[in-house]
Amino acid sequence: MQEEIFVSGRDIPNIDPSLEIWHWPIGLYLFLGGLAAGIILFASIVVILNKEDEYPTTVKYASIIPPIALVIGLIALIYDLKNPLYSWQLYTTIRIESPMSWGAWVLLIVTPLSFLWVFSYFSELFPTWDLKFEWLKKFEQFVKKNRKNMAYLLVPLSIILGVYTGILLSAFNARPLWNNAILGPLFLTSGLSTGAAAIILLAKTAQERHLFGKVDLALIIIELGLIIHMLMGMYAGSEVQLEAMRLLVGGEFTVLFFGFVVILGLIIPGILEALEIKGYKVPVAIPALLVLIGGLIFRFVMVEAGQITRYLY
Amino acid sequence: MRYAMVIDTLKCVGCSDCVVACQTENDVPVGYCRDWITETVDGSYPNVVLELKSERCNHCENAPCVRCCPTGASHIIDGGIVLVTPNECIGCGACIESCPYDARYSHPEGGYVDKCTFCNHRLEKGQLPACVSVCPTNCMYFGDLDNPNSKVSRLLKNRKYKTLAPEAGTKPQVYYLI
Ligand code: SF4
Ligand code: SF4
Repeated sequence: MQEEIFVSGRDIPNIDPSLEIWHWPIGLYLFLGGLAAGIILFASIVVILNKEDEYPTTVKYASIIPPIALVIGLIALIYDLKNPLYSWQLYTTIRIESPMSWGAWVLLIVTPLSFLWVFSYFSELFPTWDLKFEWLKKFEQFVKKNRKNMAYLLVPLSIILGVYTGILLSAFNARPLWNNAILGPLFLTSGLSTGAAAIILLAKTAQERHLFGKVDLALIIIELGLIIHMLMGMYAGSEVQLEAMRLLVGGEFTVLFFGFVVILGLIIPGILEALEIKGYKVPVAIPALLVLIGGLIFRFVMVEAGQITRYLY
Repeated sequence: MRYAMVIDTLKCVGCSDCVVACQTENDVPVGYCRDWITETVDGSYPNVVLELKSERCNHCENAPCVRCCPTGASHIIDGGIVLVTPNECIGCGACIESCPYDARYSHPEGGYVDKCTFCNHRLEKGQLPACVSVCPTNCMYFGDLDNPNSKVSRLLKNRKYKTLAPEAGTKPQVYYLI
């Protein structure tokens, strides 16, 4: 019987404590990727359903966020690469088995499309600006005409982008906290929820605010369900998974996870949004900001905590 | 050709000669190492078992580090050795996260990821890996598992052995005699 195990001797100051090779930029990148995916998906659906006039914030104003978010996210990602000068190597090959690889390719397609999307609204967004060149004006007309085609393309792409932010982590069998299939849908839901929150924050009409309030509320409930699902899965898992779960439940990330992500980032904004839909006067900026901050902290917690977990042998 | 390393935990005394030999041979940056010694104490007094062993990259047959590498910098060459091509590596760290044995580190100056190479440069000259060649108790063996008469094949045929975290599904090619 094994009554006591301890392992010593692996005293490698530069490897063991700094095993955390991924730092805050990765969490930020995953958050921004999810946020962008959410807004892009909603904007595309609105365009496909021909509801642009009813939901102008979604398709026009909020859609300025994704290109900015994706660029900042990419800068953050490259900032955390240890050999960034070689980052072009990502685009010399497609490696199906590597989520990092197809994420890089999806971003290469989605980022320019998100810029084109904003460009297709250029004269509506900046009516006083003149597109100096004739060919630019022609190009604007061209993207405008193809907006719906872009939307059809962006629906699957944004879903892949949102799921990818989770699968990037869940594909690592060596890190028990990440290695569960629920992380893809969970990060997608969280990304959509932050996207809806950003739209609520910018929405000018009560109609648009209420629709996305309802959407966000539904997403928050799904997300809470998925989080319970994730914890239950770990609770029923092997010792390595139990150990991973303890980091979130009772361990060093408990306050951040339950306090800031679950309670402040999901439950309270959920209640506030429900009240607002019921007609109570709630300043919607509060739940929307809580959702956004909660989503960001969620990514930080998962990236940080996951790296501590490992196989026991 | 299927290279494997066999390490006899019953003979290892934990002297760390292999660690120093590797650092010297491979110019490993100060404070880092590609192999290391672990000491495990199992059981409670008076029935205690102490196990010492030298660990390194397991050159896994089903290597998650190779699968997750977005550029192909991490790759498997003939003989099953897992290597990293420095000037293809972007330093994304995916492989570091993917390794259940934490065998990889980011090279502090180069920015690329580095780890045990089974001393491929020595094998090409017909020499043994540095760690194997210096072990004072001769507890390490290196050879070809495809050859049924090699020392490593015979040891695995005749002795009890284990691999590390086999449940990770990596099919390690470093075997420990127990
Ligand atoms: S031990 Fe780690 S670095 Fe070596 S081949 Fe296996 S997974 Fe890759
Ligand atoms: S750090 Fe280098 S070797 Fe490792 S997965 Fe990234 S590109 Fe490949």
